[in-house]
Amino acid sequence: MYSASDLRKGLKIEIDGEPYEIVEFQFVKPGKGQALYRCKIKNLLTGATLDKTFRAADKIGKPDLEERDMIYSYPDGDQYVFMDATTYDTVPVSGDMLGIRKYFLEEDMEVKILFHNGRPIDITLPFFVEKKVARTEPGVRGDTATNVTKPAQLENGYELQVPLFINEGDVIRIDTRTGKYVDRVSKG
Amino acid sequence: MNVSSDGVDIERARAELVGACRDFFASRGYCEVFTPVMIAAPAMEENIDAVPCRDGYLRTSPELQMKILIARGHSRIFQIGPCFRLGELGPLHRPEFLMLEWYRTRCTHLDILLETRCLLQGILRRFEEAGRPPAGANRLGLKGPWETITVREAFLRSAGWDPIAEFDEDRFWSDLVLKVEPDLPSEVPVVLTEYPAAAGGFARRKEQDPRIAERWELYVGGVEIANGCAEIISRQEHLERLQQAADYRRRHGKPLYPIDEGFLAALDHMPSCAGVAVGLDRLLMVLLGYESLDEVTPPALSSGADGPDGHQPQRS
Repeated sequence: MYSASDLRKGLKIEIDGEPYEIVEFQFVKPGKGQALYRCKIKNLLTGATLDKTFRAADKIGKPDLEERDMIYSYPDGDQYVFMDATTYDTVPVSGDMLGIRKYFLEEDMEVKILFHNGRPIDITLPFFVEKKVARTEPGVRGDTATNVTKPAQLENGYELQVPLFINEGDVIRIDTRTGKYVDRVSKG
Repeated sequence: MNVSSDGVDIERARAELVGACRDFFASRGYCEVFTPVMIAAPAMEENIDAVPCRDGYLRTSPELQMKILIARGHSRIFQIGPCFRLGELGPLHRPEFLMLEWYRTRCTHLDILLETRCLLQGILRRFEEAGRPPAGANRLGLKGPWETITVREAFLRSAGWDPIAEFDEDRFWSDLVLKVEPDLPSEVPVVLTEYPAAAGGFARRKEQDPRIAERWELYVGGVEIANGCAEIISRQEHLERLQQAADYRRRHGKPLYPIDEGFLAALDHMPSCAGVAVGLDRLLMVLLGYESLDEVTPPALSSGADGPDGHQPQRS
């Protein structure tokens, strides 16, 4: 358990069995009175934030969180199987938890998976991946503007906006945190 | 040079503030005193924790040592110096801060409130004469009338209950911060008076109603700036307050401090008196129009609660 005086921005705590991160923190105290710790906390499962005030006497749960280095192996139905880089244990992760990140997985990709009570709750991919454009309207030669875009699709069906000069077969760089186009790596 | 983000010379402004305080008290026949910063026995209050230092503590306020001087015959004394409180670090808190404290004999908490008002006007005048009117001064309404509201009225209005009739310590402090203080006007100075005795520090109890302590808090720009009271001068009453504070601290797992026997002995010769403590860093902050102490003080080393010398917060 944590004491209220341990609280600070960035600390991860547990409330009603769910893990939270403190994203804003303020110490308040009337001169003669008890200290209060006003926090804005983010639910690590849902991403929802809420305000929470702790008193000096409060004990706050410590979540069982562990980040492990994992390697992506193969898809299995709606599951994606990862292997622990040190123990070689395999862990299936649901497509729901991965969200759009499932489109950026590549065999043997090194990732970090965050476990809460042994259950995978978050994954960190390399920030950038390179992917081939499978389908898009023909490029407009010489138009290097990047603020005018058109839809494009990867081989795995992921759809994103790319600049007009991009052609089918081009390899582009994508930011895995936003799912957005960054730049062109090579022409097809 | 210590210049703020908007170009104000902070050290010059602080020197102006301290100079104005010294001039004010000198003109009223006060003697400036210097009591020890390292002490064996800090005043035992429910929610004020001292920073341990060698075999003793750093003072949380100069209160006890100044009252001993009063008992020895001084009638008007003031002190400006650093005080230390364990674990207090936030936009309005520093574990080390600059305190102005003064005591005067044969006066009430209301007399000394009036004197506090004169002091603030003197400070403002000093800044204006120096051609540096503080940026926050107009918004704070320091020149106009102050508003006074009792703790009972404020709680009935903002929190819906009467802490004098029935005191609930946990609810009192959290409602004060979360409901009552945000409702206080910030465009005029506000004086909150008549605290429940259990939230009264070492304030004397009101003769007509012993549930009430003769204590007030001054808010300027919505920030707690000064705290004044008519002091307890009965040894018996003081021992009862210490006992209350000790019980509370034991219940909350806080360390107990030794009792200052010299101070208890002094109470046998103590004339009636009143005292005020002002947080000078906060006063400087609101005068200059800032909302955080970051603008007027260097960053704190730490909250004092996680130092390397064995005062680690307990983990379970």
